Amino acid sequence: MAENRKYEVDPVTGSPIHPYTWDGIGELETPPPRWWVLTYAVCVLFAIAWWVAYPAWPYIAGYTKGVLGYSTRADVAEQLAAAKAAQAPMNDKLAKLDYAAIAADPELMTFATAGGKALFGENCAQCHGSGAAGNVGYPNLLDDDWLWGGDYATLEATIMHGVRSTVDADTRQSQMPAFGKDGILTREQVDDVAAYVLSLAGTAPADAAAAEKGKAVFADNCVACHGDAGQGLRDFGAPKLTDSIWLYSGDPKAVAAQIWNPRHGVMPAWAGRLDPLAIKKLVIYVHGLGGGE
Amino acid sequence: MANIYSIHDALQKHSIKLMVGIVAAVSVGGLVEIAPLFLIENTIEKVEGMRPYTPLELAGRNIYIREGCYLCHSQQIRPFRDEVDRYGHYSLAAESMYDHPFQWGSKRTGPDLARVGNKYSDDWQVRHLIHPQSVVPESVMPSYAFLATTPISGDEIAEHLKTLRLTGVPYTDDQIANAAADFAAQGNVDGAGAEFDARWPKAASRDFDGNPEQLTEMDALVAYLQMLGTLVDFPKIVPDADFNR
Repeated sequence: MAENRKYEVDPVTGSPIHPYTWDGIGELETPPPRWWVLTYAVCVLFAIAWWVAYPAWPYIAGYTKGVLGYSTRADVAEQLAAAKAAQAPMNDKLAKLDYAAIAADPELMTFATAGGKALFGENCAQCHGSGAAGNVGYPNLLDDDWLWGGDYATLEATIMHGVRSTVDADTRQSQMPAFGKDGILTREQVDDVAAYVLSLAGTAPADAAAAEKGKAVFADNCVACHGDAGQGLRDFGAPKLTDSIWLYSGDPKAVAAQIWNPRHGVMPAWAGRLDPLAIKKLVIYVHGLGGGE
Repeated sequence: MANIYSIHDALQKHSIKLMVGIVAAVSVGGLVEIAPLFLIENTIEKVEGMRPYTPLELAGRNIYIREGCYLCHSQQIRPFRDEVDRYGHYSLAAESMYDHPFQWGSKRTGPDLARVGNKYSDDWQVRHLIHPQSVVPESVMPSYAFLATTPISGDEIAEHLKTLRLTGVPYTDDQIANAAADFAAQGNVDGAGAEFDARWPKAASRDFDGNPEQLTEMDALVAYLQMLGTLVDFPKIVPDADFNR
């Protein structure tokens, strides 16, 4: 028995030496320092207190709930409710008023714009850029050139239902024919009309004769959507062609490529993902970027 | 203290006793920590709308795992206010019920992808995978351009479905028999047709990668990304926020 063991004392450290040796190598039985023992005991007590206070020990089909009644789900629900309550005075006003009335209230505008900016950063910046300057294929939202319109109601409809969304039945739809790919126009006609479109935008065409020929092609094929003078038609999201703002670049080759086989941008519908108040804030933010009508 | 030392001595000097002691200690840990997970309410809570992955989505998921996307992207929205505000409803265990292995992850270099489905357009996903910095200049994500040029075939996908069925994913015989055909059909530019839609409710079918000529790994991965988090209809589904109490 251990109490009968004769512990030798190690002369260097003063610690007892364990009576069992392995190949003549003994082991010191140095007791742990007191501070360590106390810390350990405090940790044990802390653990026991934790088990009592918080959900801890599982049993067959449940677990101890703890006296504090904490649950992560209830906790996040409370935090969300608290945040909602804190913003409620402003949000309630925002929900009740129409856009014109909100625009007349500077305090409300500041609040809505700040909320819209945060939402834009998470949801819209990936395509339109964090500064809303757009990207190739994704419209610039800072200028006053709108495909579908830049007033509050139109912006709201666009954000809610998206453009050519795959999941929203009320989404904006339009499709420019593939004039070249589907054989409506020849390669030469496509190049001619591209030159004419560039001349509409004020770019001196490399080939003035082609642009002149393209005028007739334009009149026969493009005016229904883009207008007699290339002014565009918002009902179809048909871009205005008389400015030098291009969705897919104003390079002559890119313009011709777009006529030959157009790309059709998709904007997701946000109505299911964001609540109406969030969309309202986004509308106000985007409207305030510079091009709002 | 004397007795504890003598037990310690006995275990230390007898390897079989030591082994039995180790097994006993480890199995207590396993029984206490793992066994209740199969029975506790919030780990087995059912949620309406879940279905197993379609063959093409599953192939996309396999690419997601192969490329190590989980090393930077989690698929688990934690029940914190900031995450719920940013990504949407916190993830439920049941939303990963057909994931073997699950892709919850814990490294959040990139954004959480649990509800990324339908958040961006296919075009954006493709462009972003080919050259992330072309749409998000500050991104540190590497390019996966090769996905768009790597053809993919559904020849072996039925075997994947069968294997998953062994682990408890409820694929039907009908789904397995038509796996290869459905695999190709889902990437069809005009949609996959009524039979597919009946077999795979809520599955989108279209040309995902913008190249209708060929079914590529990009099609599969984008099909997978575009369905993430779209099966459960939040906020219509409201999990019991209080049920842990």
